[in-house]
Amino acid sequence: MKARAFDYMRPKCVQEALEAFASADGDASYIAGGQSLVPALALRLQAPGLLIDIARLDELRGLSIVDGHLRIGATTRHCEILGSNLVREHAPLLAKAAPFVAHPAIRNKGTFGGSLALADPASEFPAMALALDAIIEIASVEGSRRVGAGDFFIDLYETALQPGEIITAVHVPVATVKTRTAFDELARRRGDYAIVGAGIDAQMQGGFVERMRIAFLSVGPTPVRVSAVEAALTGRQLTPEAIRQAQDVLGTELDPAGDEHTPPKMRRHLARVLLGRLLGRLEANV
Amino acid sequence: MNAFAGSIDRPNSYIGRSVSRPNAKRLLEGRGRYVTDLVLPRMLHAAFVRSPYAHGRLVSIDIEEAKALSGVRAVFTGEDLASICAPWTGTLEHFNNMKSPPQVPLPLEKVMWSGQPVVLIVADSRAIAEDAAELVIVDIEELPALADPVEAMSAEAMSQELADNICFATKLDSGGVEEAFDAADTTVGQSFIFGRHTAVTLEPRAIVADYDPSENRLTAHHATQTPYQFQDVYSRHYGIPEANVRVIAPDIGGSFGMKLHVYHEEMAVVGASILLGRPIKYVADRMESFVSDIHARDHRVTGRLALDRDGRITAMDVDDVTAIGAFSSYPRTSAVEGNQVIRLMGAPYDFSSYRANLSVVFQNKVQTSQYRAVGHPIACAVTECLVDAAARELGLDPFEIRERNLIPDNSYPRTSPTGYQFEKLSHQVCLARLKSIMNYDDLLAEQADLRVKGVLRGIGIALFVEITNPSPAFYGVGGARISAQDGAILKLTPSGEVHCSISVTEQGQGTETIIGQIVADQLGIDREKVRVMTGDTDTTPHGGATWACRGAGIGGETALQAARKLKANLLAVAGLILQAQPGELDIRADWIVEAVTGQQRISLAEVARIAFFRSDTLPPETQAQLSVVHHYAPQGYPFAFTNGAQGCLVEVDAETGFVKILKHWVVEDCGRIINPLLVDEQVRGGVVQGLGAAFFEECLYNEDGQLTNGSLADYLVPMACEMPDIEISHVETPTRDTELGAKGCGEAGTAAASAAAMNAVNDALVGHGAVLTQIPMTPTRILRALGTI
Repeated sequence: MKARAFDYMRPKCVQEALEAFASADGDASYIAGGQSLVPALALRLQAPGLLIDIARLDELRGLSIVDGHLRIGATTRHCEILGSNLVREHAPLLAKAAPFVAHPAIRNKGTFGGSLALADPASEFPAMALALDAIIEIASVEGSRRVGAGDFFIDLYETALQPGEIITAVHVPVATVKTRTAFDELARRRGDYAIVGAGIDAQMQGGFVERMRIAFLSVGPTPVRVSAVEAALTGRQLTPEAIRQAQDVLGTELDPAGDEHTPPKMRRHLARVLLGRLLGRLEANV
Repeated sequence: MNAFAGSIDRPNSYIGRSVSRPNAKRLLEGRGRYVTDLVLPRMLHAAFVRSPYAHGRLVSIDIEEAKALSGVRAVFTGEDLASICAPWTGTLEHFNNMKSPPQVPLPLEKVMWSGQPVVLIVADSRAIAEDAAELVIVDIEELPALADPVEAMSAEAMSQELADNICFATKLDSGGVEEAFDAADTTVGQSFIFGRHTAVTLEPRAIVADYDPSENRLTAHHATQTPYQFQDVYSRHYGIPEANVRVIAPDIGGSFGMKLHVYHEEMAVVGASILLGRPIKYVADRMESFVSDIHARDHRVTGRLALDRDGRITAMDVDDVTAIGAFSSYPRTSAVEGNQVIRLMGAPYDFSSYRANLSVVFQNKVQTSQYRAVGHPIACAVTECLVDAAARELGLDPFEIRERNLIPDNSYPRTSPTGYQFEKLSHQVCLARLKSIMNYDDLLAEQADLRVKGVLRGIGIALFVEITNPSPAFYGVGGARISAQDGAILKLTPSGEVHCSISVTEQGQGTETIIGQIVADQLGIDREKVRVMTGDTDTTPHGGATWACRGAGIGGETALQAARKLKANLLAVAGLILQAQPGELDIRADWIVEAVTGQQRISLAEVARIAFFRSDTLPPETQAQLSVVHHYAPQGYPFAFTNGAQGCLVEVDAETGFVKILKHWVVEDCGRIINPLLVDEQVRGGVVQGLGAAFFEECLYNEDGQLTNGSLADYLVPMACEMPDIEISHVETPTRDTELGAKGCGEAGTAAASAAAMNAVNDALVGHGAVLTQIPMTPTRILRALGTI
């Protein structure tokens, strides 16, 4: 398949990009890493008249600590997340999830902001943004605004982003001495979209859960926080019994869809198994 | 008759050596020339509008808007091409009462599978052709799709030309089966399902058809493994004299049998080039490949074994229903796989009562046909899983039950109850070797230790027999114009090098390398001085090309005999120059030497110089023959059977149904090994495709006949991360039908890998009440078998 013909521009700043979109009558698309958009163009699932390439804008780059948050520039590539000491120290959950994102060739091009903007429910980073309670910084011609990850993911490939808006950065609260994290997923082949995956960001004190956020990927139209499970574990120790109860709660809380390889029942079962294993790892602090 | 007196250390002894491939560096440097790289003057590009329905009646096709688009040169529908192309029918005469509806490039009345090409657009670029494809309006009245093969067997015929949906049915019965089952101490039976999968070559199908009306000449640059077959097909179906049709197969990026079938797209593009008088390129994209490349397998088999109290097999009874899509493929048909399934069942074992039923059924899906290891994995998996089931029933170790049953190595020649003639196989040696390289006893001990800790390891083994070196018994006797012979031309250059053009072809497996090894070995010259050329019907002799593991056995023998012929000619000239008897001379390391002492007399380059430029110095009447043409057709046994044994070690996660493949072993006997490295690569690649079938690859359809996973995101090919180390060991039993003694090796890995994997998974699940008899063995199927979900 060959893409339909389109125009292409590379603006010099975010403002120019926003204005270009505004003058395109909605028939435009931003492109950064292009790891999802380019295949969609080739398959003619999308056919915008104009591509606005924001991959090289300095304003959108870089990793830094700002106000107790790790600021991740929107065009930070997956491989940069994977290789960053800042991420490893301050957002260990992201560092644990990064090796599971696709393959090296894709990680070399794909961007963190692009992954969130697409909001593929099977992707690792949108779900981890949810588990980390990240704040998403968004630019539009009207100015800048911030949206919490909990309000950002609305439906399948649908986010709080309005047409023409650009994610400029993502802010992740930095880890503390109490932070414990775990990530894993079950994929048929290394680098595939997982049948199910989950990340946990917890605050633990003396073996007790002070606060826990758990987000699943591939179990619904959006990344999914499981608040009933979180509530069931808060204030408790991660004993085998507590873990088993959490798994039971999960069984009632999740309502995953099936696909050609995996019926819903299978996905729910694997989510339970995965939760149990991740909680076990948290308990063992590995 | 194998005459390999020399030691491997003599000069130019290349047969049996792991030499590198001359073409590997070129391909690695990106200098390969594939069909898609080709750009010709005035070349146009093709795209197709395809049927969205699995079954339907064409009501109308509106092409006006597409035709009007700027850059579009032509839009063709069924009638345009049917008027110049003779229909083709995929049947073989030796399959009694086989039938298939005739096929034309683009449909005239009905669409028969989802993805069938309906309209051909020719434009200045592929992108414009695709733009135009969006403007074509095809009105199809949807008809109920026949997707399920068993339903299709009794349903009303979907092709008006046929009375029912049975393409071919046959029975084998050696007698005594009922009696043996009645008398048996133990019987086991299982039902199996083998999913559809497809080849997924790195390079998709591709053609540039270039018709020149001034000479009535067609040149097809075609990504195929069988250029001669396509020369014949294009000639006969488009009415062009065969000598005017040239098919060039340049570098090919994998084929595995997929690129030797006639496809509607390629036929349509050839027709369009004839109608327009311009070169037209068509390269299938990955989405098109999934819905139009042949698929493979798709069998439902029930099998039973009868055994006596000593665990000896006394009879086997099988029934295979295989679905092949809407048409039998052409010209090799879609019945060969089923035929080989029922004839290879039980092949390693010593029993005489065998019965089989085969039903080859039409349905509304893309065609299935020959793909690597045609029929073998099905026959092997059914046989080997039943043998393991019997072993479990009888409390015998899997090695033990096989040792009791396999055909003894000293009892050949043998004829199988299905009619195959085995010259000499080596099951006993191979099985013993497998046990040794697996460290089987250690594995068993480790398995027991881990089981206590809740870790489920499984060990599986499988024996196989492979068909190679086919004679005309394969296709020629059935009326197909597919050659069983090959030809080679060897030319001496004036500098003393040798140019070899030969009819076997290269798709990445190393054909050209081994042919060069054989020629250099037999002539006594440096391998670097032999240039091998393949894949062009104008410059190579007509031959069978490469399929069914015939390249080394038949192509290699052709090269060997041709080289000996040229050597005799060169020694005759050298004898005249040196005033010596040719019989007293030899060629070693590019020199004419005294045969007995090895003393160098004159360089081959000097002989060539004299013969080409100073023939005046040779005795009168001398006509030096510096090129030879030689053909070789297999004689003796109709096929050269090979054999071997495989082992697989897996770990099953009973909670998730995920399987980790830890290790795989292969012991293989392909006769004379020409290049051990290439043989090992063939075996490993074959094993990976077999493990792909066992665990990952499946074309999934819904009840409407729609392929639901037609992309590389959803169709899982095996990747390096999931593949185990594959350890290989060889046994060499050369065929005595040829001087070379080589048999094939390309399908051995695929033949038994899935069977060994099934046995390994089922071994891991012993005691959990689960038996897997369907592949691929997905986590979902494993958890269902375990009753978890």
